[in-house]
Parts: sequence; C-alpha cells; structure tokens
Amino acid sequence: MAAPEVRRLSLWQDRIQTEVEISGCGRPLVYLHGPWGLASDRAFVAGLADDHTVYAPKFPGTTHGNPDAVHALDNWFDLIVYHGELFDRLELSAPAVVGHSFGGLLAAEFAASAPKSVGRLVLIDPVGLWRDDAPVKNWMILSDKVRRPSLFADADGEAARRFFDVPSDPAERIDTLAQFIWAQACSGKFVWPIADRGFSRHAHRIASPTLIVWGTADGIIAPTYAQEFARRIADARVELIEQAGHLPHLERPETVTKVVRAFLGG
Amino acid sequence: MKVCMFHLMPYRDLPADFERRYNSAYIDPMWFDVADSDKVGQYYNATLDEMLYAAKAGLHGLCTNQHHQNVYGFMANPSIMGAVLARQTNGQNVAIIQLGSTLPSTTPPTRIAEEYAMLDCVSGGRLVAGFPTGLPADATISNGVIPVEQRERFREALALVIKAWSARDVFAWNGRHYQLGMVNLWPRPIQQPHPPIWIPGSGISSTAEYVVGQDHCFCHLSYYGAKNAEQVSDRYWELVARKGRDDNPYRFSFLQLIGVGETDAEAEDLYAEHAEYFFHKLLYTPTYYQAIPGCLEYEALVQSLRHNPRASINLRELKAKDLFDRGFVVVGSPKTVREQLLDGIKRLRMGHLLALLHFGSMPTALCKNNIDLFAREVLPYLADLWDDRYEDRWWPERLKAKRPAAALAAAS
Repeated sequence: MAAPEVRRLSLWQDRIQTEVEISGCGRPLVYLHGPWGLASDRAFVAGLADDHTVYAPKFPGTTHGNPDAVHALDNWFDLIVYHGELFDRLELSAPAVVGHSFGGLLAAEFAASAPKSVGRLVLIDPVGLWRDDAPVKNWMILSDKVRRPSLFADADGEAARRFFDVPSDPAERIDTLAQFIWAQACSGKFVWPIADRGFSRHAHRIASPTLIVWGTADGIIAPTYAQEFARRIADARVELIEQAGHLPHLERPETVTKVVRAFLGG
Repeated sequence: MKVCMFHLMPYRDLPADFERRYNSAYIDPMWFDVADSDKVGQYYNATLDEMLYAAKAGLHGLCTNQHHQNVYGFMANPSIMGAVLARQTNGQNVAIIQLGSTLPSTTPPTRIAEEYAMLDCVSGGRLVAGFPTGLPADATISNGVIPVEQRERFREALALVIKAWSARDVFAWNGRHYQLGMVNLWPRPIQQPHPPIWIPGSGISSTAEYVVGQDHCFCHLSYYGAKNAEQVSDRYWELVARKGRDDNPYRFSFLQLIGVGETDAEAEDLYAEHAEYFFHKLLYTPTYYQAIPGCLEYEALVQSLRHNPRASINLRELKAKDLFDRGFVVVGSPKTVREQLLDGIKRLRMGHLLALLHFGSMPTALCKNNIDLFAREVLPYLADLWDDRYEDRWWPERLKAKRPAAALAAAS
C-alpha cells in the first residue's frame, strides 16, 4: 500500500497542531481512531482507501511534538466545534464518517450536532451509552490479564500480538509506549470515568444512514449495546462480527472492510 | 532540623491470607470481607493518641494525610483528624501539618481554604498547609478527577486558595475549572498572607519544578528510604540551583519509616512483622492502579518509561531483612538509627524529617515505645542540624519564637 500523505494543520487559534493522514481516491471518508491512537489502525484505513479518499486525523494531543494540545479543549462542546473546524479546513462536505470505540462516539456526537455534515455513518464498537446491568469496562485501568481478553476474541492471536507489540530498539520502544499511553490519556479526558456524557439525549438528531459494527466477543462494551445504539438512531442497522472483540477491524479486517464498503456503496 | 510524626492510619488486622485474596491494597479489597467498623473506630482513636503522644514526647509537628478506598491509610478527610490534634495540642510548641487535603478532588477548593483557616485559628497559627495533588487512584478512581486534568486543576485551585486567604476585597474567580462569583472567605488564617505551604511530589512529575518556582517546600513522600532517594534529591537540588533559589535544606522534606529498639537485634525482631505487613499488604498496589494514563504529563511519562528503578521490584517477595538492608526501613538501636538518619539527612539535605513511627500492624504499645526511644535517644542528635546557618522559612512564625503559640489565643 502507498504511504499516506501526511498533512499537518494548525487549528484552534494555533493551539492545536494535528496531522491528518490522507490516502486513496474517491469520495471523502473521515476515519476517527479509538483510544489507542491511529498507529494500529493504519492497515484497516488502507483497506478503506481502495475506493475513498480517506482522511485520518490524529486526535488532539496525539500528534508527535504537540502532546499539550489536549489541554486546549475543555469539554465535548469544544471537541465538536474543533472537529467542525477540522472538517472545514479539509474542505469536506458531508463525508462518510467511520469511527471506532471512542472515535465512534465522537463520530456519532458530531453527526448528532451537525446532521447535514455527515453523509453516511459507521460506528465500530462505539462507547457512549451505559446500562447498569452491563457496565462498560474502563479500559484505562485494566490489568494485562484482563485487558487482552477484553479487547480480543483471541487474546493470543496475531492481531493481539501486533497490537501490543513494541519495537526492540529502546528509543523506539519508549516512543511507542508513550504514544500508546498518551493517546488513552487524551481521549480519556472526554470519557473519564464513565463513557456516558449524554449521547442518548442527542442520538435522535442523527440523520445519516448508519451502520453499527460490533465484535461478538467485545469484552469492553458488550455486543448488547449494538441494539442500544440502533434503536436510538433513526436509520441504523447492525452487523455483528464473529470471532472478534472490541477491535473487530483488527481481528477480522477483511470482514469488517467488506461490510463497511458495502454499506458505503463502494 | 525539624522532625515530625507522620501517620497513615492503616488497617492493622488484615487477614493473614490478604495477599492471596487481593492483588491490590487499593480499590479491590471489600470492606465487609476484611474490615470491621468497631475496630476502625479504635484505630482512629489510637492514631490520635499516638500522634498526641509524639507531640508530648517532643516531636516538632504532626502530619496527617488523605487517602481513599484502600487498606493502607484512610484518613478520608485529614481536617477531621487535624481538628482534634489542633485542639488537643493547644499550648504546645508543635505544628499541625496537614499533608494534606487534595485540591483537585475537592469542589470548590475554597472548602479546603476554609477548613485550613479553621485549623489555623483553632491551633493559634500553628498550621502547615500541605497540598498534595493526590495519588492517581485516590484522585481519579475514588474521586473521579479526569487524569489529564489533575495537575492543572491542582494549580488553579491552589492559586484560588491563596488568593482567598488574603484578599482584602470580595473577588470573582473566573477560572478554567472553577468559577465563583463572589469569594469572601470566613474565617481567614492567622498566618498571613498564608500559612507555610508544603507540597508532596514523587520526583518525576513536573510538580518539583512548580514547587521550586513558587518557593514552597517540596516533600518527597517515598517509602523506600533515604538510601534510595539520592537520585530524586540530586535532581531536586539541581533544579533549585537552576531556578536561582538558595540551598536552604528546609525547602526539602522527606519521609522515612523508623523503628528503634534497645539493640539492633531487638529492633529487627520487634519491627520485622510490621515492616512485612506494611510492604506486603498495605503498600502493594499494581501498576494499572498507579500508572493511569494522563496522571503523568507527557514529558514525565517518557522519563518514567526510560527510568523507573522500582518497576522491577516485587515488594511481596522481600523479607523484613531485605527491607531493612535496602534501607526502606531504618531499624536498629538508637546509635544505628542516629547514624543512618544523619547520613541520609545530610546526603539528601533534608530540613524536615517526617518520621513514620507507626507502620503496618504495629500496636499502640509498640508505637509509643518507638516514639519514646526515638524522642529520647535519637531526636536530640538531629534537632540542631542546619539551624546555625539556615532559617526554616516554611514553619509557622509563632513556633519559631519557642513559645506556645496557642497560649496567645487561649489567653485572649
């Protein structure tokens, strides 16, 4: 796959520098990554770029050299206004938006706040709702023993190994770990300690046709939440992915890419 | 040199198999499985007794602290303990050191400004105002503070508290985390513009930089002994020099577990089980409850990944002898303890030694014995250090005059 173009933007009165990785050609698609940063999602993004121009922005604070950007946004309102500015700067008009986990909630909130700004919407194991009988695990404070099987259907599989792999070079190792931890810190700012900030009150505003993708073995947020999202969004349908956990796009990339592309009309 | 009694108020009777049942002293232990409210009532009272005993024995200050949802120390509101200590020590030359209430988890933080002002008034101007940022688990898990906001909330809250203590007019605070339209605190502290401010820090975060910048006292509350703190103190004093501050040892406080016996052998025998209890049961908290993403700022995070000397130590594998040999606990005859403490005090340049004379499962009788021996046989050899060359600028003014401060309040 061709390396993406990396565009560096200065936004938010120059308080946020962010990289946007741009690849492919075709209709525009924005990919919003989850709590662990963009790095592990690149292969999946490349798959979407076969028939779309994919814009994959890094969440504020996760661009190299600008960790403090996370302090420039205080709350969800800031976050939504910021993404409005980002979409404008990229000259996007009603692109498809695909988001995973935290990025799924971000995509959904953006679509609810500006219904005409999103063409089609894909939510992959999104967080954002809460049921007392099925509490969502706080992924930022899990032991290794609990975390791996919560994230992956096959805790010892190739996808899990790649996700947690760190380079052998000491400097690269520290950089990889720091990015992995800091990405959680940055997104965690907006969902700590419980990823329910009122999306259920906004969901009815989503006007985009919506696909909800869920790994049947998701140990962070149970698959039962797929229906919780679906019943709140007017034009939504669910695709369950077997043998996949919270990161189905990493564990079953071909299947997820196929259902997403079919939904987007690629 | 000031030497102060520090107390954690731990649970003293955990079951023998606690380590097998729980992988953490924090968050996970279930109250109704391992604890008893009547016993805890006794612990709170015993803790106050032990601290008051230390004050009478001649220690210079009494330190309380705030922790939540754990077995290792649960003065959930240190002002409650401080209130008893302030009242009961009136007339004595002893500082009430709140080390202290955690600003980021208290909204609005003016609540702490009020409580501390009350304590300063009740004690007759003997308060040392300590402001910890709070352990990650305390602040973010028990109190729901957003990890990446913990430090900026702390800084804003402290600025608000200091202003509220001394402002001559009603003012509005339009902050990022706190908004109060009309601030006019009642009461105000006796010590103006503010009591001495001490701030605990781990040494790898940006806290030390902030503390030196503000000219407050930095407290390194390590449980691993002076022997293992040289790197932190060296870095601290380099920072002090770089920022153009003087080398006054009183701008550095350090905590040390101490057990004194008549002989080395007796001391090791007396304190072994309590040291193991402390490190195996009370202090054991896994990384995922400590290294919570966002609690360290990015630069400090990178630094901690580069070098974290304690990351490879499994506390539960260390026996009492290891804990003593490594200097985590200074244990021995008065002579041994004196020598080891003096080495550490001079090497680290500490002005305030915070002596943890109660640790682990220690019963009150043993704690008081420890206090007696320490106060009689060790403290006199430490107390005159530094005073020929340095003034303690981080100590209540009325206690420097060597007269019972509260007598003023009581007499009027």
